[in-house]
Amino acid sequence: MNALAAIGRFTLGGVYHLGRCGVFLCTMLAVISHAWRRFALVVRQLYFAGVMTLLITLVAGLFVGMVLSLQGYYTLVNYGGESALGLLVALSLTRELGPVLAAVLFTGRAGSAITAEIGLMKATDQLAAMEMMATDPVARVVVPRFVAGVLAVPILTLLFNVVGVLGGYYVGTVQLGVDSGVYWASMQNGVDVFEDIGNGIIKSFVFGFVVSWIMVFEGCDTEPTAEGISRATTRTVVVGSLSVLGLDYILTALMYGGIS
Amino acid sequence: MSNTATGGRKIELWVGVLVLGGLLSLGFLAFEVGNFDNARVRDGYRVYADFQNIGGLTLRAPVAVAGVRIGQVTGITLSRDSFNARVELTIARHYDNLPVDSSASIFTKGLLGAQYVGLEPGSDEEFLGDGDEIEFTNSSVVLEQLIGELLFSKAEEAAE
Repeated sequence: MNALAAIGRFTLGGVYHLGRCGVFLCTMLAVISHAWRRFALVVRQLYFAGVMTLLITLVAGLFVGMVLSLQGYYTLVNYGGESALGLLVALSLTRELGPVLAAVLFTGRAGSAITAEIGLMKATDQLAAMEMMATDPVARVVVPRFVAGVLAVPILTLLFNVVGVLGGYYVGTVQLGVDSGVYWASMQNGVDVFEDIGNGIIKSFVFGFVVSWIMVFEGCDTEPTAEGISRATTRTVVVGSLSVLGLDYILTALMYGGIS
Repeated sequence: MSNTATGGRKIELWVGVLVLGGLLSLGFLAFEVGNFDNARVRDGYRVYADFQNIGGLTLRAPVAVAGVRIGQVTGITLSRDSFNARVELTIARHYDNLPVDSSASIFTKGLLGAQYVGLEPGSDEEFLGDGDEIEFTNSSVVLEQLIGELLFSKAEEAAE
């Protein structure tokens, strides 16, 4: 009987959490126009979420591009296909790895920080104090962070892709001896601006939206204790990263997997 | 927008760098990694060609004359009554002087490369226009069929 109740409690808890998450999104979107009215706040958050994540994104992109080139080369060279190395690197990055890894890195670096920040504001009653001063904390605190996140992820993704392609170029041509003209030519012949790069950008916007939503929601939904903040931060990273990976599969299936 | 609102000039500067970097990356990806010439030929006219077998021809495969890319494959359907493959080719508007008796063939880039449609210009005075059909076509060479025929003829020779 107790086990049955536990299952029920668990399910209800999950549904309740999901419901609050949805309601939260609606309340946030209702005051989203504040982001444009006070754009300076968004710029400030873009600095903390975007610029601060820049270094880790660039370094990660460089190494991912380099290792893709290295691994791709050893597979392709068996079939005499090393001339397609540029295409392999560019397509892997623009279609999948760029959007996914940039979003996951953003979740780990900026998402966790913002969840902790908002959580601590809630725990120390700063949000309640704002409300007492007739300032809507959602419009003043949450919306700028959310909008900055949605904008930062695609920008970081683009930079990740570029650095990755250049890293792959360095390893492929300088170290492995693929002709540099062939590297660019195979890339330019095979990469479609709208199909590959455009879809990658759409993906990164979706990821940015979901990750930013999760990070501000978990922050506001924090149990106002030290333990609650740590749990909320963990949840942002775990749920955020998993949502990105899961959504990536769905988006890829919708964009490229359809039978035309 | 005052400086105090954003928290100082340093922040504004760095966000500017971030956004500019993003835009430059977009430009780099669009023009260097992808190729805008490669994007869909939007401003073009359509001609049709029926092939008995298109082999591995796919959508967006290039259409070339003398090796120069002038358009791409924009549609592949199966004709209901003849069971031929009907291929829609979109050719860039400024190549408007292809004679109507031009022929279309499906070639392969290299031995195992991607397939493309090669056009061989004819000598007619009239030019192909939107919606016209190319009458002379050569199907793609299917390697397995070729080998099969070769083996078959060799076996016949041996039997005689």
